[in-house]
Amino acid sequence: MADSGAKLVEPVVFQGVHASLPHDSALRHVSGAAIYVDDIPEPPGLLHVHLGMSQKAHARIVSMDLSAVRASPGVVTVLTAQDIPGENDVSPVIHDDRLFADGEVVCVGQSLFAVAATSIAAARAAAAKAVVEYEDLPAAITIGQAREADLKIEASQRMARGDAAAALAASPRRLQGAFAIGGQDHFYLEGQVALATPREGGDVHIWSSTQHPSEVQHLVAHVLAVPSSAVTVEVRRMGGGFGGKETQASLFAAAAALVAVKTGRPAKARPDRDEDMVMTGKRHDFEIGYDVGFDDEGRLTGLSLELASRCGSTTDLSMAINDRAMFHADNCYFLPAVEIVSHRFKTHTVSNTAFRGFGGPQGMAAIEHVMDAVAQAAGLDPLEVRRRNLYGGEGRNLTPYHQTVEDNVAPQLLAELAASCDYEARQRGIDAYNARSPVLKKGLALTPVKFGISFTTTHLNQAGALLHLYADGSILLNHGGTEMGQGLFVKVAQIVAEAFKVGVDRVKVSSTVTDKVPNTSATAASSGTDLNGMAALNAANTIKARLIEFAAKKWGCAQGDVEFTPEGLRAGAELVPFEVLCRQAHLARVSLSSTGFYATPKIHYDRKTHTGRPFYYFAYGAACSEVLIDTLTGEMKVTRVDILHDAGRSINPAIDLGQIEGGFVQGMGWLTTEELVFSADGRLLTHAPSTYKIPTCGDRPAVMNIALWEAGRNVEETVHRSKAVGEPPLMLALSVLSAVNRAVASVADHKVFPALDAPATPERILMAVEDVKRRAAP
Amino acid sequence: MASVRFLLNGEVVEAKDVDPTRTLLEHLRGDLRRTGTKEGCAEGDCGSCTVLVGELEGEGPNSKVAWRAVNSCIQFVPMLDGKAVISVEGLGKDEPHPVQAAMVEHHGSQCGFCTPGIVMSLYGRAVAAKGADAPVDEVLAGNLCRCTGYGPIIAAAETIQPEAAPDVARELADLRRDQALALDYADPIAGLTRRWFAPLSVDELAATYAAHPDAVIVAGATDIGLWVTKLRKPLKTLIDIGRVDALKTIAREDGRLRIGAGVRYVDALEMLSERYPDLGAMMRRLGSTQVRNSGTIGGNIANGSPIGDMPPALIAAGASLVLRRWNERRTIPLEDFFIAYGKQDRVPGEFVEAVLVPEPAPNALFKVFKLSKRFDQDISAVCGAFNIRIVDEVVTEARIAYGGMAGTPKRATACEEALVGQLWNRTTIHAAVEALAGDFTPLTDARASAAYRAMTAGNMLRKVFIESARPDLETRVPEAAHG
Repeated sequence: MADSGAKLVEPVVFQGVHASLPHDSALRHVSGAAIYVDDIPEPPGLLHVHLGMSQKAHARIVSMDLSAVRASPGVVTVLTAQDIPGENDVSPVIHDDRLFADGEVVCVGQSLFAVAATSIAAARAAAAKAVVEYEDLPAAITIGQAREADLKIEASQRMARGDAAAALAASPRRLQGAFAIGGQDHFYLEGQVALATPREGGDVHIWSSTQHPSEVQHLVAHVLAVPSSAVTVEVRRMGGGFGGKETQASLFAAAAALVAVKTGRPAKARPDRDEDMVMTGKRHDFEIGYDVGFDDEGRLTGLSLELASRCGSTTDLSMAINDRAMFHADNCYFLPAVEIVSHRFKTHTVSNTAFRGFGGPQGMAAIEHVMDAVAQAAGLDPLEVRRRNLYGGEGRNLTPYHQTVEDNVAPQLLAELAASCDYEARQRGIDAYNARSPVLKKGLALTPVKFGISFTTTHLNQAGALLHLYADGSILLNHGGTEMGQGLFVKVAQIVAEAFKVGVDRVKVSSTVTDKVPNTSATAASSGTDLNGMAALNAANTIKARLIEFAAKKWGCAQGDVEFTPEGLRAGAELVPFEVLCRQAHLARVSLSSTGFYATPKIHYDRKTHTGRPFYYFAYGAACSEVLIDTLTGEMKVTRVDILHDAGRSINPAIDLGQIEGGFVQGMGWLTTEELVFSADGRLLTHAPSTYKIPTCGDRPAVMNIALWEAGRNVEETVHRSKAVGEPPLMLALSVLSAVNRAVASVADHKVFPALDAPATPERILMAVEDVKRRAAP
Repeated sequence: MASVRFLLNGEVVEAKDVDPTRTLLEHLRGDLRRTGTKEGCAEGDCGSCTVLVGELEGEGPNSKVAWRAVNSCIQFVPMLDGKAVISVEGLGKDEPHPVQAAMVEHHGSQCGFCTPGIVMSLYGRAVAAKGADAPVDEVLAGNLCRCTGYGPIIAAAETIQPEAAPDVARELADLRRDQALALDYADPIAGLTRRWFAPLSVDELAATYAAHPDAVIVAGATDIGLWVTKLRKPLKTLIDIGRVDALKTIAREDGRLRIGAGVRYVDALEMLSERYPDLGAMMRRLGSTQVRNSGTIGGNIANGSPIGDMPPALIAAGASLVLRRWNERRTIPLEDFFIAYGKQDRVPGEFVEAVLVPEPAPNALFKVFKLSKRFDQDISAVCGAFNIRIVDEVVTEARIAYGGMAGTPKRATACEEALVGQLWNRTTIHAAVEALAGDFTPLTDARASAAYRAMTAGNMLRKVFIESARPDLETRVPEAAHG
């Protein structure tokens, strides 16, 4: 935590877990002193690596003449697939992402070759001189085109419980519909970057901006044909990740490492914003079809749901992402008879990847859309329909994947939020407003979130930590989790500080590095604190046990009379300052270092049948959003948001609130202004902030009441009974989409259900308004 | 060999043999190892690279330093000559500056990458930098944050107290040049000699341009900057008009404003806003504080973009353009300047000297609507401007212009004809909207479809009517939410 030389003075008031401490790097962030990879002083002889990119969505490479590239000023080396000593692969799962294209390109922006030059300008100028001859192959850009060509990354998956077809046939009421949800670019402010330095004996060290240093390490080792022990990957911090640096960092790290090893010179690969947006994967866009049965009270009787996603040109993490979409197609609702079919379409576009929520948001968007459609059809308030369908009660707790929901707090959250945000009165007020306002219309919606916590690939749910106490009483903490802004480092430091009852300033969290903690999982799936916090706690407990044993002997008391307190270690009548304890233990030859390990209990999953207990527990939340739309232009503003979120017993309420607000606004961007547009030939047209619009300060709702649910306690034995908070809040923003839908529907007094796809851009809103008017016209 | 000298965090730095199109950001990070300032997009859209730039304005004892937050990623190094730069490293050397402390206290950073830029924008607000006397939303519209959702940053901003900016007037006076800056740089990659001229007077500019008619004129570089950082055009000769004080003045003359070609948005905003409130409202959404602090109205016109927001509004206002070549001047109606996409009525060596904006006519409705996916800092899908004069319920004059509807900013002449001489009522509006269909054949692109453009162009006119007929109705989604 502290800079070297910081004074090791215990705080007057002890603050460990549950305290709202600032981010460990906050002071460095605001002063510009926080070092990101591109800020590391450039070593002498540094080469800048630029990747030549495919200009075609799908083509055979007839020839690639790089002679002019090699001859260009400043160029030191040019590398292609033929120069790879090991495997030409930078993929996370099934070996289908090439470092450099070999014979065929499968999307625009695919890496063809690397140019290493003395400046990035020289490298870029050189790459532009490549002469690549392509022979076009049939390309599928959209989900529709892939569907037509039957291109998939794997067989369609089916998750079911009960007989949906029979239930639908017997349903008192039934309706079918379809809608689409766009993708999303991560737009981490720090783009992808890697800095590789050759070491002796063919080893290489890589600074990488990645959420998954172990995977980068393993992939680079395979590319270089060296053992993993020859590659060290280090991450101090990322300037944002959001899933976009879970698998996507490997390409740039591998290119830099290959150049470094081939030339014996350090090498940096840093695409600029446009290159990054063109070359790296995004959130999957989905097309959703549904067939829902329900009764007059709006209770669902049967549901058949079809999810189709654009996976892009390779597999990446699309299997697990689409699984998670299926897992979240129930959200908080009991579906008596359900069938979810998921098609994973392969397209000749950049391979889509992890993004905060990991498919969950799209699955949840599907069921929330269904809830709105059912409410409209039944003529009921959408919140009432949602409440009637919640899990809870006898025989109403089994998910479509046969996990029993044991920690359902959605009913309480919805009730508390509906009361605190004055839902009913505001809904009436909005109806009155809409009746007298012909141009502007308001909409209000309250939606819940239930998000499953654990990697659904069971073996990933493990973590390691390495903890050193130095003889001067300072503490150095390493764990497998990476810091991307989410506050993981301070939270884990708080857990360790709490264990020893020392000030968090005493706990220095250093960079995540593969030679300290091996074989780590990605910092993803919201699991960072759950896994690494527990691993660090286990390491701390190991050292604590040694110290307690030592202290009992040293100061002559029972082990039960040894206690860590903010004032120091109490051993019987003795009060020993922490640094004295460490010094004494060292002199007595007690090991002050330990690893820690954690594996999530209870979870199991059979992917063949899509049944089991994939999740250790669920995180819950609810949000109510009010929007204002302009029916002449489609412009929209979210005017007020109320959020109640369950972070269990929060390790750090300030950090968790930051995740909630940030997640909500990011989700709001996904569903409103952030629109990815591809040309018919597969080029991303929105590859810079000039055309791709993430929320600005003014898009933040003027009124945002965000609260952690005070009663929150994890029923499972997570670290200090906290709950994961990284991803779930993103889906709170689905309330915005529902609210927009309500506002649009108000144009025809809710007589018809709007056809509103996401993102709800001004254009989509206006077209939906016009469509509603047309359909409602007598 | 000439060099560029400027003040960085209070100390004079000298850039020798610098590529004139090297950006300030590259110079700070790469050459001077000040890496607190970040590159998020290299096109002036994210604000991670925000720094404050101070320049001496006025002469002699009346001169004072005006500070502006700008995007260092699209400022060329020679543009900084004789100016002062404050980067994040210049704040809080011994202990955190109050802005920094507030950001920490309110948990205003998560990943921290956008944070130095946000700190600088907020510091600009504290020292009353140009354009920073505005709601937080407006001050920060050009600073994207992907982590926080902005709430903690707004909370931090609300605690910030005004303070005096460093007084560097004397240091800047010492750096002031009495001769034009001229730089030559041999670009080894492009294999050409790049030349930079920064004349000090209009006459000198005219002469320089006449001698180098193939030169690119740089004013704020909010567009030309991207030619370098994004299009990677190897520019050969550039003429910086930012040193020509005479082009940076606004004068009131003969019932109109004469706005010099070098006047930045931020400096024209108040005078235009007083006369045309809707134009002012649109300008506050045009670009960002950083862009308005650099970009010029002259540049927005001269670059001929079909989606510049100023031309439609100024055309509707009846503006004209003063063009100059050598000592020849001509004045043309602004709409005549735009001939076709990429083609303007400007001969080699001729430059925009000023734009003349008439005072608003009595009884005129003047409305501007800017439609974009995102409310702030977004290029318009459609920008519509309406100047409609109504006397005794009859439309006597109509000037209507749109951006984003054609290859150039363009008047809606058929629509205007359908209005003039008619009663200002629903029937007339209906006919005028119909007529509008004949004025334009808009395109579909990443920003909007042709159908949306066509529909909203008409709806804008409908809205003009509704707002005049029913002033009691709410017709616009509100602007800035956070003070």
